[in-house]
Amino acid sequence: MASVITFMALLDITDLRKAYRNPDGQRAEVVQVPALALEAGQQVALRGASGSGKTTFLHLLAGILAADSGTVRIDGQDMAALAEPKRDRLRATAMGYIFQTFNLLQGHTALDNVVLGMAFGPGKVDRPHARALLERVGLAGKLHHFPRQLSTGQQQRVAVARALANRPKLVLADEPTGNLDPRNAREAIALIREVCRENGAALLLVSHDEDVLMQFDDVRDFTALNQAAHLREVAS
Amino acid sequence: MTIPGLVWRSLRQHALSTIVTALALALAGGLLLTVWVVKTQAQKSFTDVATNFDAVLGARGSKLQLVLNAVFFMEASTANLKEADYEQIRRHPAVARAIPIAMGDNLRGYRVVGTIPAMFAEAELAAGRLWEGDEAPEAVLGSFAARQLGLTVGSEFNPTHGLAEGGPHEHEDHYEVVGVLAPTNTPLDKVVWIPVHGVQHMDGHNAAAADELSAVLIKLRSPAAGFMLDAMFNRQGNALTFAYPVATIVADLFGKIGWFDRVLALVAYLVGVVSAATVLVAIYNSMSARRRDLAILRALGARRRTLFGAVVLEATALGVIGMAASFGVFAVIVQVVAAVIRHETGAVIDPWAWHPVMGWAPLGMVTLCALGGVIPALKAYRTDVAAGLTPES
Repeated sequence: MASVITFMALLDITDLRKAYRNPDGQRAEVVQVPALALEAGQQVALRGASGSGKTTFLHLLAGILAADSGTVRIDGQDMAALAEPKRDRLRATAMGYIFQTFNLLQGHTALDNVVLGMAFGPGKVDRPHARALLERVGLAGKLHHFPRQLSTGQQQRVAVARALANRPKLVLADEPTGNLDPRNAREAIALIREVCRENGAALLLVSHDEDVLMQFDDVRDFTALNQAAHLREVAS
Repeated sequence: MTIPGLVWRSLRQHALSTIVTALALALAGGLLLTVWVVKTQAQKSFTDVATNFDAVLGARGSKLQLVLNAVFFMEASTANLKEADYEQIRRHPAVARAIPIAMGDNLRGYRVVGTIPAMFAEAELAAGRLWEGDEAPEAVLGSFAARQLGLTVGSEFNPTHGLAEGGPHEHEDHYEVVGVLAPTNTPLDKVVWIPVHGVQHMDGHNAAAADELSAVLIKLRSPAAGFMLDAMFNRQGNALTFAYPVATIVADLFGKIGWFDRVLALVAYLVGVVSAATVLVAIYNSMSARRRDLAILRALGARRRTLFGAVVLEATALGVIGMAASFGVFAVIVQVVAAVIRHETGAVIDPWAWHPVMGWAPLGMVTLCALGGVIPALKAYRTDVAAGLTPES
């Protein structure tokens, strides 16, 4: 009898839904994604305009927000079904997040910010790894600089290093070049992709910037993926 | 990075707030320590001094005033007693030692007291000698008085009439300092001693009072003798007061001013509570500024209880820093207070002698601070990550 080998996707989303209640009391569907899957090491860019629910979608994947329904399987664990402390643990263990505004802690040095990326997981803090990541992103001489002492591009690199500090299986990037000029943006995307590849992390990036999107082989339209956005458009 | 690392960086990031809050705590802690230590040490010091003599004999009046005047050289004298009374008590078989003292003059605020060399039986001379003869114009100075007055062996002075500085006139009698006592840590240290006859026959003093004394300090052979003399002078006689036992009278004094202690303690408690509240307010007010940092930490995987613990630990750390500094504040305040007490009473307090308040006050304050951190910690616990990550416009 022939054996059947099935590959489990690293990220597997099924019928994910999230709605908010408007000030007028009406329920507004923000995210309604029937299906999306990412294999380990895969790099996918989602094209989406501002207000299309991209950030909410990424927050659902990261477990920062709880889904109303649906499943978000990350490496076999359903993020949407986990209690909050377990979602926190899964996020700290398996995921890295790059924010548009970098979200570095101003009272911490570049090195400390990267260390924070591995501080809340189960393993021990690996400062040499944090140092190596900063060296990899070209900040060997800025380890002990505070964010205010770094340029915008350098802050972005710290954010990239931090997202990879916990050796994540999945990196989520939310408009990571939104605050960069085109040249720095191109370099940042190339760096993010390279470092994710080197570390074996899958990458799911959302952006509305065509210059960014054209650097990816696999670009999908978030507006088409998110039925809620589609419904809003039809309604309007 | 561990929670202590987060706390340390937060304290460093909010350095000004950290310093101001820790200072407020240090002042409160220092005040608490001072109130208790000075109260306890002053009482101990007064009681220790009081045990040098068992009783004081003086003219009819308040026992407390008699003790304060004759033992601590505070307050005004009661009326005088006759030298014959002194001779009578001196010869009494129950009395081991009787020391006459005569007051009425001062030297730049330090009392000039007439006595006999037996007064210094348990004291040592740091320099010079005792006076020779009952009427020699010679003086022996207590160590504190000598230092404050800037007098040494060979110095000369004229006493001023009255017990306080700025008396009506300076006597013509001229005295030479022939000895300086080694520190005794008792009121002896703050007195300018001269022969008792010197005071009695001082120029300008009432000649009719030349055979009078201010009081007689008495060491008894046994406690039972004290009760016998108490009955003899206080109940059967009506001319003299026999203040006995001195230690109990001093203890009664502290009992009478107990309400003042309690008020001071209450004030200190309130200051402590208010200071702990400043920790709450300082951290709570900074929570809005920290909203984003807390959201970032949560996004990085920090659990709610981790943030709760970090904020409580930060409040606790502020308490620990403040309490460590409070010992410095205490050291400064207590030195000033100790100097005032020594100047006024001659009593020396040992501020660094162990007192339980040195344990429970810092522990109590740190606990209060930790409790003060709970409210902002709850705010941290409830951080809305998604909202906190959104840049504020």
